[in-house]
Amino acid sequence: MRQPLEGVKVLELSTAGVGPFMGWTLAIWGAEVIRIESEKRPCISRVTLVYKDNKPGLNRCYLFPIMNWKKRSFGVNLDHPKGLELVKKLVVWCDIMTASYSPRVIRKWGLHYDEVKKIKPDIIMVQTSMQGTTGPNADSVGFGPMLKALVGFSHLTGWPDRLGTGPQGAYTDFTAPWFGVPALMAGLDYRRRTGKGIFIDLSQYEAGLHFIAPVIMDCLANKRIQNRCGNESTYAAPHGVYRCKGDDRWCAIGVFSDEEWEAFCSTLGHPEWTKEPRFATLRGRKENETELNRLVEEWTVNFTPEEVMEKLQTAGIAASVVADPVDIFDRDTHLKERDFWKVIDHREIGPFTYCRLPPILSKVPLETGPAPCLGEDNDYVCTEILGISDEEFAEMVADGVLECV
Amino acid sequence: MTQSDTDLLFSPYRALDLTDEKGLLCGRILADLGADVIKVERPGGDSARNIGPFYNDIPDPEKSLFWFAYNTNKRGITLNIESLDGQDIFKKLLKTADFVIESFDPSYMDSLGLGYSALSEINPRVIMASITPYGQTGPYRNYKACDLTLQASGGLMYGSGDPDRPPVRISFPQAYFHASVHAASATLIAHHLTQITGEGQHVDVSAQESTWLCIALESYFWPLLQYIQKRGGGVVRRGANYFREVWICKDGEVNFRFLGGAYGRALNNLVTWMEEEGMAGDLAGINYETLDIYKITQEEVDHLEKMIGDFFAGKTKAELQQGAIERHIYLQASNTPEDIVKDEQLASRDFWASIEHPELDVTLTYPGLPFRLSETHPIKRAPLIGEHNIEVYKEELGLSAEKICALKQANII
Repeated sequence: MRQPLEGVKVLELSTAGVGPFMGWTLAIWGAEVIRIESEKRPCISRVTLVYKDNKPGLNRCYLFPIMNWKKRSFGVNLDHPKGLELVKKLVVWCDIMTASYSPRVIRKWGLHYDEVKKIKPDIIMVQTSMQGTTGPNADSVGFGPMLKALVGFSHLTGWPDRLGTGPQGAYTDFTAPWFGVPALMAGLDYRRRTGKGIFIDLSQYEAGLHFIAPVIMDCLANKRIQNRCGNESTYAAPHGVYRCKGDDRWCAIGVFSDEEWEAFCSTLGHPEWTKEPRFATLRGRKENETELNRLVEEWTVNFTPEEVMEKLQTAGIAASVVADPVDIFDRDTHLKERDFWKVIDHREIGPFTYCRLPPILSKVPLETGPAPCLGEDNDYVCTEILGISDEEFAEMVADGVLECV
Repeated sequence: MTQSDTDLLFSPYRALDLTDEKGLLCGRILADLGADVIKVERPGGDSARNIGPFYNDIPDPEKSLFWFAYNTNKRGITLNIESLDGQDIFKKLLKTADFVIESFDPSYMDSLGLGYSALSEINPRVIMASITPYGQTGPYRNYKACDLTLQASGGLMYGSGDPDRPPVRISFPQAYFHASVHAASATLIAHHLTQITGEGQHVDVSAQESTWLCIALESYFWPLLQYIQKRGGGVVRRGANYFREVWICKDGEVNFRFLGGAYGRALNNLVTWMEEEGMAGDLAGINYETLDIYKITQEEVDHLEKMIGDFFAGKTKAELQQGAIERHIYLQASNTPEDIVKDEQLASRDFWASIEHPELDVTLTYPGLPFRLSETHPIKRAPLIGEHNIEVYKEELGLSAEKICALKQANII
């Protein structure tokens, strides 16, 4: 079966998370993605902490392949006029262009949409940045671990009596990309029908707000400022995370309906406290939630989180091990059975196991491919795509226009 | 630029949206791109209409702000797909559709005779997207789930929160939104293939897998370095060192992480700012582009953080945000919902959409489109229960008024 995006050409003028994740999605499903890279501005995923054999090097960082397998890398110095010229030729070559360097840098190169469309009028271009390409904060720079605060995720995560800690990680790197990809694909369809291109300004701030839109609307319409509330729910109890047997082992449990409460009590073997009238209704359980949680935990601490999960799932109650990375990588048989892990090759790092993209297409097998070294595809790009002679190629290597690590 | 409805990015295409809160955002993305998305609700209205908050705090299926937020730009019909007549109508509609989006339990659509293979016999071009907690296959496929348990099984929760308390979730549901954006993305990619081959397919999206991706970067420290990123209350571990991510300032919090090496210029810029205000101390005069933050000692990290923390403590969120933009520093203010609705950047970009609700006699303000398109259209409010029944059943499917009345009385629409 052919891959969905076979023949689609993508120029990735992107770095860090959001841009590369969009390109990764397109690459996985068959697009030819050429990532522009430079030693002078190495992607943060090439210079963070974890290197093959602990020896730093731009081609040795294990984090890079996560969102870059199946791409090609074109190492080119954009601060050199000749380098810029090459990239502009690729702009003409491509169908889709992603740009995720800061808007200030993109403008400096003259690779913002107003310029790009002069040389490629029907281009489908997404430019993504912290706060969008216009407005007083257009030049805002940063990464997901900071932007998650601006979008309100830090405020909305944690305990009401403590600081908002936010979810772990570069959270907004995962809320923005898959708003961008559907827009790019719709743009491709639009161009096929009308011959016209499209520009998509993907503010990671604005996209992220759609993950909390009702909270924002509650503030706008009802003047309510929602706050973080630990693990509580207004319409379920027990609803929380309970300590289990083991070191820092927990199980998340959500009991919503009266039937589920009955099944929950039954799973516990109907201890005396479950018969107390104060726990008989959801309202009662909410009013006595601290005590309820303490009693539930008296039960859960006797079992491993897997045991608690299995007992409750058998009774039809939502429950899950609070999965740590060991659970996810080593113990989750469900993910293994769904073929979640893929061995990805890399010339210097060698094979290592990474996760696939979440969606599964019934008629298109997911094909893997290696992640590139910086500039690994210079020869291919110059010879096959740009038609540059060997002499000129050698000259550009010598002049530092082309970079290969 | 505003265009006519017939010439939007994705306007020739139609989706039947059978989802509840698990998949509403997927349909909304298609609708935002211009597709004709018909929300198919059970008679009486979808269960997601009971999710709060509610306009004016009045619980009412026509006043759910959750419903409003994730159903804009859609049309709405009611249809009982569990009845044979309802299935018959659904199959007629299917012939006009390019996409079916559903979020029922994995075997449910099959049990109604509406699984992918049945649908593809009627319309081979159709793409069916299924959004479920754990996907269509695998031992957990029938597991019960809620957002809390998915943030747990998706690994997002374990590293979030304070060290002395249990792992904690993002207070507002998230897992199904991750599944929904992936579903929209994969559905449109599959659509590109359908345009070439004429053949649709089934897209299977698991909320657990979609949620896990959010935490992937941190999680690889386990197979690579054999350590687990624990919840640190706003402090994260990188190798041997711990770095502060959430900082207290004069009127709230900001998120900031200092980086060295190729990304050390931002720290240079911050220290220059501190120096200008006489607060850099011995941090001045160092080029942080030569600093490997993973090689220095925790004491050195702590010293840097003490100095930076003292500087932040004397400034407001707005001052720090403004300075960070001017000086290219990796810092963002920690916004409350109130900060967001008052944000000048969002206002200056005309982010907010005013949408009329004549039935409520009010114009409500919404977050605008998640992406800014050079070719765009105004946002329409979410459909009322069965609002487009006549439009769809009578004008499109050609059902007679008598037949529609009979279906209504049989509780099919």
